[in-house]
Amino acid sequence: MTLLRLRDVDTYYGEIHILQKISLEVGEGELVCLLGGNASGKSTTLKTILGLVTPRAGAVEIDGEDVSRRKTSYRIAKGLAIVPENRRLFAPMTVHENLEMGAYLRKGASSEALERVFDLFPVLKDRRRQLAGTLSGGEQQMVAMGRALMSEPKLLLMDEPSMGLAPILVERNFEIIQQVHQSGVAVLVVEQNANVSLSIADRGYVLQTGRIVLADSAKALLANEDLRKAYLGR
Amino acid sequence: MHLPLAFNAELFIQLLVNGITLGSLYALIALGYSMVYGILKLLNFAHGDVYMIGAFTGYGVLTLLGGPLSPSIAIAPLIVLMFLAAMVAAGLLGVVIERFAYRPLRESPRIAPLISALGVSFFLQNSALLLFGAQFRSYDSFVLGSKNPEFFEPGPLTDALFVVKNVNVQLIQVIVLSTTVALMVALTALIAKTAIGKAMRATSYDREAAAMMGIDTDRVIATTFFIGSVLAGAAGVMFGLLFSQVFHFMGFLAGLKGFTAAVVGGIGSIPGAMLGGLLVGLAESMAGGYLGGRWSDLTVFGILILVLLVRPSGLLGTRAIHKV
Repeated sequence: MTLLRLRDVDTYYGEIHILQKISLEVGEGELVCLLGGNASGKSTTLKTILGLVTPRAGAVEIDGEDVSRRKTSYRIAKGLAIVPENRRLFAPMTVHENLEMGAYLRKGASSEALERVFDLFPVLKDRRRQLAGTLSGGEQQMVAMGRALMSEPKLLLMDEPSMGLAPILVERNFEIIQQVHQSGVAVLVVEQNANVSLSIADRGYVLQTGRIVLADSAKALLANEDLRKAYLGR
Repeated sequence: MHLPLAFNAELFIQLLVNGITLGSLYALIALGYSMVYGILKLLNFAHGDVYMIGAFTGYGVLTLLGGPLSPSIAIAPLIVLMFLAAMVAAGLLGVVIERFAYRPLRESPRIAPLISALGVSFFLQNSALLLFGAQFRSYDSFVLGSKNPEFFEPGPLTDALFVVKNVNVQLIQVIVLSTTVALMVALTALIAKTAIGKAMRATSYDREAAAMMGIDTDRVIATTFFIGSVLAGAAGVMFGLLFSQVFHFMGFLAGLKGFTAAVVGGIGSIPGAMLGGLLVGLAESMAGGYLGGRWSDLTVFGILILVLLVRPSGLLGTRAIHKV
């Protein structure tokens, strides 16, 4: 069963053609990564999926339903959640309130969902009355992750999870992504760091200046000579 | 300009009472300015006119229910009805304004909704002029509930509820102040504790991130306009009850003073709007009492300029936690 499907999506910013006939899909329980360098269209792809920008042509389907003209809140309600680039926490709100915002469409944070997040990130339990803006970078990453999991999503979108984090935290972050994936959640990781994301992914797409130039299994992509040269630097 | 020779405690207390009453009115207007600015970075210059429509709605309810000379129901429920009708009407008007004058311009340069706001302001003023005429309409609140209104015998609203140093504190002043405090407590609780309040804070901090959480930010923005306008509607009725006269242009100056209060307190900050309103009301009252009436507006807007020069973020406006 396909959770998310983009069909020939064309997205523009004004007159600038950003995404050109993008097609990709993520199946139930799959871990897929979307690789690309700076300005390749990774963030725009996510914004198109979420409905923060509207494609000029093509369709976005969630659970088989065309949601191309639907609001972001409608799409989130269908089982999407995102850990945005740079986390985008609500800095003047407490950790607890940030987690509640993740469960906004569930009409408040259930104690089970909170417990699950605190099991995953025990340190957040002690920090829950603290303002999110006062946490360390690593802790903020946990809040962003926890906030996304509060809605018990079917598909988790991760925008550049390795960005701006120390290598040890990147590693820890990907362990958690794997853990979430193993609990049955589909994950779409959007990354520049091809090595670490392909090592945990089932499949991958490579995006270059708004076009998908490669689509294959993670194993095949890791062995791909062109990709090695372009992204892995070896 | 007449400066008093010695400190006169009675005069001071009278001006203090008047200033606090006036200040609560400005604070209610300032809250709407501040909330809308916090969430959209838009100066809603039609806000003063929403307050005017609130005042007229209260006047309409009063007239429909027999008028101040012969009200058909007891005055306590009458006043409650006037407040409720004005608050609902103003709230809905705020939502309509947002939907049709601002939302279509959401992604436009910031100057566009600002001009649209001025347009809505003129539209509302001139609609009121067409509907209600140019003359002043009076609540005549001082005879409300009077036993002999035809002889202009004052009613209970002007009764001294208590006396401080020979200064009468009237029932109506107590009603205005306590209503304001109740509304502010309710607003503060709403923003701090409820789901919609938290969504408002999240949306004002980062609208796109709030949308990513599934928050329907359009609805949150509409709710913000509703709440801000409800408070302005209440302030409109308060003005009518305190000073009797309502007219189509009354929102202009009141709007500017509410705006001043919001800026002085720190625009975007809820406690700032409350504090700013009180300061503006006190400044107006004190300047009027000690320096003469013609100095009151000058003082208020002098303070605005001073604050903009010295502390443009306002008294409590350094990215306050309670920013909405």
